[in-house]
Amino acid sequence: MSAGRIREEAQIAAVALLVAVAAGSVLIVAAGASPVRVWGALLGGTLGDGYGISQVLFRATPLALTGLAVAVALRVGLFNIGVEGQLVAGMCACAVVGARLPGGTPAGVAVLACGLAAMAAGGALGAVTGALRAYRGAHEVITSIMLNAIVAGVVLWLGDRALFVGGTTRTADVIAAAQLPGLGAAGSSLSWAAPLALGVTAAAAWLLARTRPGFEWRAVGASPGAAATAGIDVRRAMVAAMTASGALAGLAATHYVLGYKHAYEDGLGRGAGFMGIAVALVGRGHPGGVIAGALLLGMLAQGGLEVSDHVPRTLVLVLQGVIVLAVAAAAPLVQRRRGS
Amino acid sequence: MSLADAVLSTAFAAQAVKIALPYACAAAGGAVTERSGVIDLAIESKLLWGAFAAAVAAHATGSIAAGVVAGMAAGAAVGVLQLVLGVVLAADQVVVGVALNLASYGLTRFLLEVLYQSSANSPQTVGVGSAVWTSPVAWLAVIVIAVVALGLARTPLGLRIRAAGDRPDGVATAGLSVTRIRLWALVIGGAVAGLGGAQLALAAHGFSAEMSGGRGYIALAIVILGGWRPGVAALVCLMFGVIEALQVQLQLAKVGVPDQLTQLLPYAVTLVVLVIAPRRARPPRALGQVP
Repeated sequence: MSAGRIREEAQIAAVALLVAVAAGSVLIVAAGASPVRVWGALLGGTLGDGYGISQVLFRATPLALTGLAVAVALRVGLFNIGVEGQLVAGMCACAVVGARLPGGTPAGVAVLACGLAAMAAGGALGAVTGALRAYRGAHEVITSIMLNAIVAGVVLWLGDRALFVGGTTRTADVIAAAQLPGLGAAGSSLSWAAPLALGVTAAAAWLLARTRPGFEWRAVGASPGAAATAGIDVRRAMVAAMTASGALAGLAATHYVLGYKHAYEDGLGRGAGFMGIAVALVGRGHPGGVIAGALLLGMLAQGGLEVSDHVPRTLVLVLQGVIVLAVAAAAPLVQRRRGS
Repeated sequence: MSLADAVLSTAFAAQAVKIALPYACAAAGGAVTERSGVIDLAIESKLLWGAFAAAVAAHATGSIAAGVVAGMAAGAAVGVLQLVLGVVLAADQVVVGVALNLASYGLTRFLLEVLYQSSANSPQTVGVGSAVWTSPVAWLAVIVIAVVALGLARTPLGLRIRAAGDRPDGVATAGLSVTRIRLWALVIGGAVAGLGGAQLALAAHGFSAEMSGGRGYIALAIVILGGWRPGVAALVCLMFGVIEALQVQLQLAKVGVPDQLTQLLPYAVTLVVLVIAPRRARPPRALGQVP
């Protein structure tokens, strides 16, 4: 990214944060609390000590991966709302493979096998969504919402029939070798899934910026017609990008299943897919921005627990929406000023 | 009672219509919005605010009519906000829709706590319950959908809305304001979707958090299936209502299919229809574009 582009993105972020703080302060006053104390509690509880920082990173980890998934699909101009279902499929596949590995499997092999299973399950769903769009013209927003509902039902049914341990809605634990060790301050659930997610993000940034598929995806996203004229197979690019997007969504299973619960249970990771959309939008579709967005929204998610003495914790849900709206509205304003 | 008897009963028809009407309002409103050239991913938010405002007004006044008016006004207000962000400020309309939905889930819960000290439910309000044929709100919805469908196809304003979505530059050349026409479309579309939300709240005698439950997204799917025609979309909603009601009957009849799978029926059918439906309809040419 050029220095000018970075300055522009920083301006967009600054405007969005100011709007969010202003809107949040109005709501805090409306709820009869003191903005200074609420913002203080939010910052102190998230960035004030090792536990708070660990928890912010813990909450940011899956959001970085689901945000990245949405960002990759946005490169070809597709809007992947199916991340939620792709993540569920990934977690299920990850937990099933992890529990059935032979006892003596080395840790590296076990984690790799579980990660690949999660990517395959999520990627397959992404591929279906991409193919329906590319070859049948079915709008990806609609098909992926339908697939989310279908996956949720099928997983419950399969779980009931075969996967869940008798009478519960939880699968068997993955073998010890597949469990990612903890990493955070005492009491925090932060695990090695966090650095893993950072590495995946770096790899995705390289893929998008430096490789031929990355270039083709960007060309298709900018103008499918022009890309086709330039000899790019637009349909194949759409399917490939959606497959990669679904695989990244599935990979968030490494955080939930291997790093956190060591099994899949009904409701695990719920909402992380939709929050990934917010993360990608706040991050303006760039991997670096996705990390920043995941940290910001992760901090708000953790901060909700800290401010609940003063205001309803649902305040942070509002703030997340306001930040996305403000980024969306600030972007054309900042860019227009540069253009004129 | 056998499954066949249950499906052929008037109670079944009432249930199908009851399920279909909120969808039909949401889809008809979404069709009007999209025909003016504005992508309507905020239908979910309009349903949610329609339900919230209807419950608050019905609770405060004890009047169903006040609830309906408040619900429609709230839906229209979301439409205006969508216009300011997505047309006047020219922010990405898909982003605006998703962000409005996100913020609305949070803000309605926040206001529930501020107003009623509960993050889950409003107090019980007046309402129409499960009545359909005797419910004035249901008949109002049918009339509103018919008026919107006819109005879009046959009135000067309808023509202008369609022109704003297909040829905004032509509208501007004719000396009309595209933004003002889209304002009308979003206010009307928002009010109709808000009416759908009001039905949800008045049927349940109150508001509960995330009451819209993803109906807005399915309504958008139906807008596309219906070829961006509000009347056709409303009929598709009726079909959808029949499938959902059938799914309930299948569960009650215990035909041996697991509940988890019968619940998927509406989604699976929508997906299959989307994939196999002939693609004669095309989206408005200038959908998502700001002049």
